[in-house]
Amino acid sequence: MLNEFVWRCIFAANINCSPIHLYGYMESYIPLMVMIAIGLLFGVSNIVLAEVLGPRRSTREKLSTYESGMEPVKTARERFSVKFYLVAMMFILFDIEIVFMYPWAVQFQELGMYGFVAMLLFMVLLFSGYIYVVKKGALRWD
Amino acid sequence: MDWIDFAIIVAKGGILVNAMLIAAAYMVLAERKIAAWIQNRIGPNRVGPWGLFQSFADVFKLYLKEDVVPAAADYRFHALAPVISIAVAITVYAVIPWSDAVEIGGRMISLTMAPDMNVALLVILAMTSVGVYGVALAGWSSNNKYSLMGGLRSSAQMISYELSMGLSIIGVVMIAGSLNLVDIIRGQSAGAWNVFYQPIAFIIFLVTALAETNRAPFDLPEAEPELVGGYHTEYSGMKFGLLYLAEYANMLASSAIMATLFLGGWDIIPFLDDATILGLEPGSLPLVLLQHGAFVGKSLLLVFVFIWIRWSLPRFRYDQLMNLGWKILLPLSLANIAVTGTVMLLLNR
Repeated sequence: MLNEFVWRCIFAANINCSPIHLYGYMESYIPLMVMIAIGLLFGVSNIVLAEVLGPRRSTREKLSTYESGMEPVKTARERFSVKFYLVAMMFILFDIEIVFMYPWAVQFQELGMYGFVAMLLFMVLLFSGYIYVVKKGALRWD
Repeated sequence: MDWIDFAIIVAKGGILVNAMLIAAAYMVLAERKIAAWIQNRIGPNRVGPWGLFQSFADVFKLYLKEDVVPAAADYRFHALAPVISIAVAITVYAVIPWSDAVEIGGRMISLTMAPDMNVALLVILAMTSVGVYGVALAGWSSNNKYSLMGGLRSSAQMISYELSMGLSIIGVVMIAGSLNLVDIIRGQSAGAWNVFYQPIAFIIFLVTALAETNRAPFDLPEAEPELVGGYHTEYSGMKFGLLYLAEYANMLASSAIMATLFLGGWDIIPFLDDATILGLEPGSLPLVLLQHGAFVGKSLLLVFVFIWIRWSLPRFRYDQLMNLGWKILLPLSLANIAVTGTVMLLLNR
């Protein structure tokens, strides 16, 4: 129902797309907004409450960074392995392609053979990119 | 939607959060008791009979603890990270289909907060993605080398396994033809549960759920011998409590999602229609309550599996973890989609 309405809203001029109508379909999102608010409130209020109830007897030693009992050496804001960036980049590439599959999966039964072959072609392309990445050694961790 | 509907939604949110807190408290106790049982010890037994009030004692203790923020840490993000973690964990509870709807006073009431949200599955995936921010920020803001390494490992692990998790769900979506979790349950309630059609996807989802919640054998972010406590090394007091609570809340949420997607949700008897077998009217209060019990039972059973795995299996090495995620689970879940599609078209259903 949601998709249908937005679809008609965008492509047909004769339909009333006033905010009140849009509000009608946004209604299903209200519980989510309420829960996000409850979650944030829960987190913040607990931290504030603990701040009020807990003692505050800080010393210089207590506030120093933990390093297994040693004097902390330099800061932790240093360069780290480039592998982590690589994983993040590959995640973005693959995740965007996976997102394309959701609408297709919902409509799978309606699209039938044509949709399936099209998605298989897409998956072959995705997989050849994946094989290239593996062969390049982007996933080697030693 | 009028004000009463809105009040009902807020009340449901309050009930769910409180239920989650109690469940998390007893999951912590269950974890300690089961660990003790597996290791042939007694476990907590001082606070109340069988240690039943142990977790509540722990919570009160956490409130009264000093909240130490290291001088070198970025105190704003240090405080923000646990809030993000717990808010994300709680938000997922809005879309989990806890129970079917009952008509009370002309309104359809169910414990599910958003029963007609048609992108529920996408919301869950989105929240999993946002959850990475909590861990990454906690690790970075502490300005501690152990925390940074733990946060980096954890975020790389979570995003790697998110791919296979997203792909393993697609088979279920193809069968159900919907992203609404209530629709997915209704599709299973008369016929077979999805676990019979999608056994490989179920196993992939179980493994990725372990990795997403940073549970053993994927608990590298907090590998004690090498990283002390991982991203929560520098956390104390209630901020640590919130990170810990978020872990258990996520565990219960992923168990409930697994029960929804693969184990028929609130369906009591597989292959058959509950209402006719039990002789109850569909949508009547006793049936809905029984089904709610079945749903909670399935979720808790999966929580037990989580705990059981943690105390039975040793930890992976980091390269093994990455190889499993990228080189085994990702191709396997892509193959699962291709096979599912082929079989569905051949059987023409």
